[in-house]
Amino acid sequence: MPVTTIDGHEIHVDDEGFMTVYDEWDETVGKSLAAAIGVEMTDEHWGPIRFLRQDFKSESVTPTLRRVSTVGGFDTKKLFELFPKKPAKKMAYIAGLPKPHGCV
Amino acid sequence: MTATQDAIVPKFDDEEETGRTLAIICSKGNLDMAYPGLILANAALGEGVNVHLFFTFWGFDMIIKSRMHDLKFSPSGNTAMHMPVGDVRIPQALAPMPGMQPMATHMLKKQIADLGVPEVPDFLEQIVASGGKLWACRMSADMNHVTMDDLYDGVEAIINASDFIELTAGAQLLFI
Repeated sequence: MPVTTIDGHEIHVDDEGFMTVYDEWDETVGKSLAAAIGVEMTDEHWGPIRFLRQDFKSESVTPTLRRVSTVGGFDTKKLFELFPKKPAKKMAYIAGLPKPHGCV
Repeated sequence: MTATQDAIVPKFDDEEETGRTLAIICSKGNLDMAYPGLILANAALGEGVNVHLFFTFWGFDMIIKSRMHDLKFSPSGNTAMHMPVGDVRIPQALAPMPGMQPMATHMLKKQIADLGVPEVPDFLEQIVASGGKLWACRMSADMNHVTMDDLYDGVEAIINASDFIELTAGAQLLFI
């Protein structure tokens, strides 16, 4: 498993760069990960990211975009604005979680 | 690992996907045939691809307000329809029997709901919220005697086949 350094944080990642150790993440790491993919975090960004972290903790799988909207209560359109083009994958990356596997 | 190694960051290929367009023609109105187009449209949108869906012929039932909530699934003519456990097939002679269609529809709806996949109207709403465009076929509208008032609110417009072809110039095309 590769180890990489993002903005001074040493983290375990998979081949693509998604974090593999849940507890290596904190919000400063999240902020650095976001910056690495060109997302500047605001209060609006943190809402869904915190939901992803909390949902993964209880479900052991990364929530899909559908779940972030129906269970987390975040507007789909807004998520596309906050995390352009590929919201589900970008949110998972910033939250330090694996890519979501669900189809919908 | 050396200190000079580049950080491993996923390549989200934002630029590459810009301009990629998927056109999906939904021509079937059975419950089971409504889903492939919706699932692929949703997946493509989540990957940053532009998506246009064209509803035509039987696929029109997916966007008619009074029908979209009530699509049916029939095991008749479908030899791949199995019982929920094992590889037991429903004999084709039994498939048209009274009660089979409601039972099969109920079963399929339950299986879909168990996976957290939305029903057709909710799915369309999600697709529109994700930036997908829904188009209704002019000829199908005329055949069904429906106007925009009868169609799901998220439908952009009723357009003819030429308009759709023009609209999706250069797109990848999927006919379902």
